Amino acid sequence: METVSSLILIFIGAALINNFVLHYFVGICPFLGVSRRVDTAFGMGLAVTFVITIASFLSWVFTYYILRPGAPLPLWVWNVMGGAEGATVDLSVLSYIMYIFVIASSVQFVEMYVRKFQPKLYESFGVFLPLITTNCAILFACLEIMKHLQDPTQLWGLHEALVLAIGGGVGFTIAISLMAGIREELDLADVPEALKGAGIALIVAGIMAMAFMGFTGVDRGVEQALMALIGR
Amino acid sequence: MSDQPTAAERFLNGILPENPVYRQLLGMCPVLAVTSGMKPAITMAGATAFVLIMSNTLVSLIRGLLKPHLRILVFTLTIATFVTIADRFLAAFMYDMSKQLGPYVPLIIVNCLIISRAEICASKQKLGTAVADAVGMSLGFALALASIATVREILGSGTWFGIDVLGSGWPAWGIMVLPPGAFLTLGLLLGGAEWFGKRRAAKAS
Repeated sequence: METVSSLILIFIGAALINNFVLHYFVGICPFLGVSRRVDTAFGMGLAVTFVITIASFLSWVFTYYILRPGAPLPLWVWNVMGGAEGATVDLSVLSYIMYIFVIASSVQFVEMYVRKFQPKLYESFGVFLPLITTNCAILFACLEIMKHLQDPTQLWGLHEALVLAIGGGVGFTIAISLMAGIREELDLADVPEALKGAGIALIVAGIMAMAFMGFTGVDRGVEQALMALIGR
Repeated sequence: MSDQPTAAERFLNGILPENPVYRQLLGMCPVLAVTSGMKPAITMAGATAFVLIMSNTLVSLIRGLLKPHLRILVFTLTIATFVTIADRFLAAFMYDMSKQLGPYVPLIIVNCLIISRAEICASKQKLGTAVADAVGMSLGFALALASIATVREILGSGTWFGIDVLGSGWPAWGIMVLPPGAFLTLGLLLGGAEWFGKRRAAKAS
């Protein structure tokens, strides 16, 4: 039960309170670029959620077994090579290169797989897939996972990493869909000439960010509610 | 594009006419995230400049070896290498700043500005042109970051580079240093730049 409640808190934290777009400013490019219509925005959101989950899974595996300080695989290699006893091997300097490689190749594979086996799905979000490689939201999720794996006192398991990734993806989908809904209405509004396009979109995003600040503290309330539930 | 701009023209283009932030809307993530004060903004601009100049140099040197279908992967791996160097440097010599910038230093890897310069300019141009382009673009990027950070820091905490400018009577607008302030400031500054550009164009014609 403890783990379940901590997972719920991670999910709410990633999706609402510290929304990837409106709090950490990652994924701004598609947020401004692909938010003209609700259905394409929703498709983009789903594609990002999909890729973010796969990339987080892979990066958790790589970080846990290879990259974190004291990871088993490099230690085993070190011992086989006859290195000194009791040394700690830390390959975390390679993390960024590894992550970007993982993201780029998983996007490529996902695109190939979807095109071959899910042609319907490919039609709906295939066009967004290549764009996702340079979407900061995905690298950001990998970095968050890395942060939690480098500190041995709060070593995250795979389930926590995946919940963070899905929460972040859901948060991105919520933000971009809301944005697209507002922009569809904005087309009918009388916006000052100079602010048309990106200007007004950013101001709308600012107001949305203020609204999302209202979620601050929700996690504590949920935690108390869960505690009360367990107590009974 | 029959007549290619020279190195000097590319350098000047990067600063204002093709400013990466105000004109091309590239690299928005650090622009919004690190501009709550001048110090993080300038550090970020410096790190980005280092990565941009080094990656443009290297990509320009190896442009003859690039395979079309693998070029994006080569660009990102090159950028990731230099970002690792910048990140380790910051962690070693400016530890507090590196903590404050947090994940935004590694996120330079996916800054569209750097990859678009590699794709548009460095992979097709000679070394000198590519470096001039990178320096111009970095200056433009630094200028944009500094302008946003100036507005946000002065309104948000009444200071500039940590120096008190508005006096102690200033009721700090807390919202300006929080995420919504970043969006609002950038939106209004973009509108202002657009309006100014249009008015100048109207005057010229």
